[in-house]
Amino acid sequence: MGHASHPVETEAPESNFPLMRTVAMIPMLALLIFFGAEVARNLHYPVLSTVIFLPIFGAIAIILMKRGHETLVRWSALLVSITTFLLSLPLYTNFNKGTAAMQFVERSSWIRTWSIEYFIGVDGISVLFVLLSALLTILCVTVSWTSITERTKEFYAALLLLEGLMIGVFCSLDLFLFYMFWEAMLIPMYLLIGIWGGPNRIYAAIKFFLFTLVGSVLMLVGIIVLYLHTDRSFDMLRMMSSHYPYDLQIILFWAFFAAFAVKVPMFPVHTWLPDAHTEAPTAGSVILAGILIKMGAYGFLRFSMPMLPEASKALAPAMMVLSVIGIIYGAVICLGQTDLKRLIAYSSVSHMGFVTLGIFALNTQGVQGGILQMINHGIVTGGLFLLIGIVYERTHTRRIADYGGAASVFPVYSALFMVFTLAAIGLPGTNGFIGEFLILLGGFTASKTLGVLAATGVIIGAAYMLWLYQNIFFVNTNPALLGHGYRDVGMREMLTLLPLVVLVFWIGVYPNTFLSFMDVSVQGLLERVNSAGQANVAAQIIEVVK
Amino acid sequence: MNIPYPDLTPVIPEIIMATVASLLLLAELVASNKRALGYIGIVVAAIAIYLLPACKGEAFGGMFINDTFSVYFKTICLISLILTILISLKYIQVEHADFGEYYSLLLFSTTGMMLMASARDFIIVFLGIELMSLSLYILCGIKKHDPRSTEAAMKYFLLGAFSSALLLYGISMVYGLTTSTDIYRIADYLRQTPPTLPLMLSMTLIIVAFSFKISAVPFHMWAPDVYEGAPTSITAFMSTAPKAAAFAVLGRIFFTAFQAFEPYWTTILIVISILTMAVGTVMAIVQTNIKRMLAYSSIAHAGYILIAIAVGGNEAMNAMKVYLLIYTFMNLGAFGIVILLDKGENISDYNGLSKSHPYAAALMLVFMFSLAGIPPTAGFIGKFYIFMAAINAGYTWLVAIAVIFSAISAYFYLRIIMNMYMKPLGETVGITPSLGLAAALFISAVMIFVIGLAPSVVLF
Repeated sequence: MGHASHPVETEAPESNFPLMRTVAMIPMLALLIFFGAEVARNLHYPVLSTVIFLPIFGAIAIILMKRGHETLVRWSALLVSITTFLLSLPLYTNFNKGTAAMQFVERSSWIRTWSIEYFIGVDGISVLFVLLSALLTILCVTVSWTSITERTKEFYAALLLLEGLMIGVFCSLDLFLFYMFWEAMLIPMYLLIGIWGGPNRIYAAIKFFLFTLVGSVLMLVGIIVLYLHTDRSFDMLRMMSSHYPYDLQIILFWAFFAAFAVKVPMFPVHTWLPDAHTEAPTAGSVILAGILIKMGAYGFLRFSMPMLPEASKALAPAMMVLSVIGIIYGAVICLGQTDLKRLIAYSSVSHMGFVTLGIFALNTQGVQGGILQMINHGIVTGGLFLLIGIVYERTHTRRIADYGGAASVFPVYSALFMVFTLAAIGLPGTNGFIGEFLILLGGFTASKTLGVLAATGVIIGAAYMLWLYQNIFFVNTNPALLGHGYRDVGMREMLTLLPLVVLVFWIGVYPNTFLSFMDVSVQGLLERVNSAGQANVAAQIIEVVK
Repeated sequence: MNIPYPDLTPVIPEIIMATVASLLLLAELVASNKRALGYIGIVVAAIAIYLLPACKGEAFGGMFINDTFSVYFKTICLISLILTILISLKYIQVEHADFGEYYSLLLFSTTGMMLMASARDFIIVFLGIELMSLSLYILCGIKKHDPRSTEAAMKYFLLGAFSSALLLYGISMVYGLTTSTDIYRIADYLRQTPPTLPLMLSMTLIIVAFSFKISAVPFHMWAPDVYEGAPTSITAFMSTAPKAAAFAVLGRIFFTAFQAFEPYWTTILIVISILTMAVGTVMAIVQTNIKRMLAYSSIAHAGYILIAIAVGGNEAMNAMKVYLLIYTFMNLGAFGIVILLDKGENISDYNGLSKSHPYAAALMLVFMFSLAGIPPTAGFIGKFYIFMAAINAGYTWLVAIAVIFSAISAYFYLRIIMNMYMKPLGETVGITPSLGLAAALFISAVMIFVIGLAPSVVLF
């Protein structure tokens, strides 16, 4: 954080990384989080509204600042994002893990004529995403500290606005409110990609916008139909306990599928993702990979499964097949990539395939693994995009061929990259292992064939990630990397990555901290889905697949 | 014979408007500052809005009715008038078109629309349409020195006259068959008759005439040319208020006079609606002139509103009202930005606008997202309401088509945003700000967010 005034590339060959200062910062940060959590848990305030609207108002305040006060803008954004994170901590400390009911509920009337409410709350499925969003936003602010020099004010405003809207998506318990957040989110994301992105950013931005919009509007039709079939109520809890006719459920499932599958992205509609991820600025890629694409899978868990249980059950095999296609297809495409960011982007297709596979396995291991893998993917891919952003800021190239032997130029950096690479592969001891293991366990239970096919994705995953690591950091040292006096990671960058490294090992070694949040909620969800009738079709299809 | 003195209370707003419009014509001869006439127009329109709800009732033996339905539409027209005057004050000076008649004609035109919204008799409908249209023909050509303006006026006049003739023909056929021009008496008559060919023909003629007025496909050809050539302030006015008035008439005559024939005209209107959305959306994508693009965009929007008419019912009528109100704010706002720029007709003129004029670009961003129907702007609320009404009436498939077009339409609105924010700055375009224009833009933008976040304010 102290590197605000440093030029991007210092002339002096300063390969030493400020270890002592960083180490000294860690206890300070730990203390800050500890005391922040202590203060926050004893304060009485509407937690969810605060974490939704604090960033939004922060964004408005930043946009109203005078042009040219770059430092003020950066520090305000950092302050807002850290405060938001600290204020979200009661969700961790005060969360009751023993109930599947919604917690931290706030409810008041909003648009009376249409019986729309401002109704928010979290349960074990959504609470972790709120925390993850708040955490990743801080990292996005710090990683953009020196790389965003143009329109700083608008950038940080868009980022904070995005944070508030994303958290809103995860907290909404009113379908109309949810849709508002869901669509409004497109605006800042579109601007982030389109204004601060790479050379092909305009195409990527508009592709992202239109793909997601087409999916979303079809969901809107589904939402309205659902609303009219629930006695004109957008109350999601009521929808989750209602019963809709089977044929209607199937149609609604596809309507919601249109929106969620594009977001995830599932196999046939994934083409926006490589472009958007590749062209977005680092912070945009991190948010996209870390949070935004989770919303699709979250949507399946929050809407499709509890509201349309019979349809979910009947169509689960189809979803699983699509997931496995995504896993293998994404992984195979990765093998042929020449662009660093594009490779990670396609690996997201593969990893998100695991997530949806787990979710539609419709058993405890699968769903828990799916949710955990979403968090993991947010951490790991978020970390990888941060790392790519850090090196891109120095070398200004994303071509894998432009690297080689980087381990000797960026030793600390290469060690960090190793951590996230191994986590992406799913090495035991890292978080990736736990997630993939649970998903494969669930997948095998549901269908042996699909489980085996999915497992091949893990192998290809190891192949392309290790190939990538080898080509960037080992083999022959690329002369282009020498002689520029590239700096290794600085303290700000180290501190940006540190929380993610901690989480990689924390989840890898003791996943129960996080799994315990979702236990009861997942049980409740699965009971709802599996007790639904009309499962014959599903059983038949699974039988055939077996 | 003792003829009772008629109760004129329901007509008071129209009387005031027409009187002031006439006085403005006279005042123009003596006024040195033409702007003052504009201010008078704003004040009168505000007074009319204030008086409208208090003047409910019927007049002239039921030919004229001022009910909740018409009050809402008249308010929309008057709001559009106020905003148009605000954006015109400076603009017509710059364009050397600051004739006093300008404001007078705007007021006359609005009076015509108010008559239309209140008409319960085909004669009043026709009177209103002619008053509105004749004033607009002149306003289109008010830039006398500009051949494009004259051409627009000529085109608009010829096609407008043609559609008026069709309307008159339709009305006279209905009169011949039902012996009445009163909408309720026609409705009574039609309930007892089978749909005969001449009746269907006359109804179709009336649909065609109004399709011209709302620029629905396939009677939309005039709109892009006229919108492009007319002074921008008049384009802004033409794309909002007359449409609202025409939709008010459509709503009233089809749900009263022709209610018995609902299955027949529903089919026709649905076909027209789909065609209108399709042509408006697709053609807007390829435009390079922003006024033409907004013309096609307004055609597409007419398609969405037609869904409400086709679907019918109270909820759909409410949705239509709300949509038109919202549409007025966002469309006038967008045209306001076009007026603000000294050279803002080409879409490429907007390249890098966010660098040279960040506030103008930010406002345009709001208007564009609203036109595209993205929450939390009002445009989303309008679309949501219409879609909800249509789905409730069982037209889910129609809504599915509409949302796809709505998503496609986002492309050309985003293109403006893309040019403003993502393309490098070309030559800096100058702007001519003025207090009136700023006020109009501010009101529009604020209303877009207010309606978007708290739609209760416009739902009745």
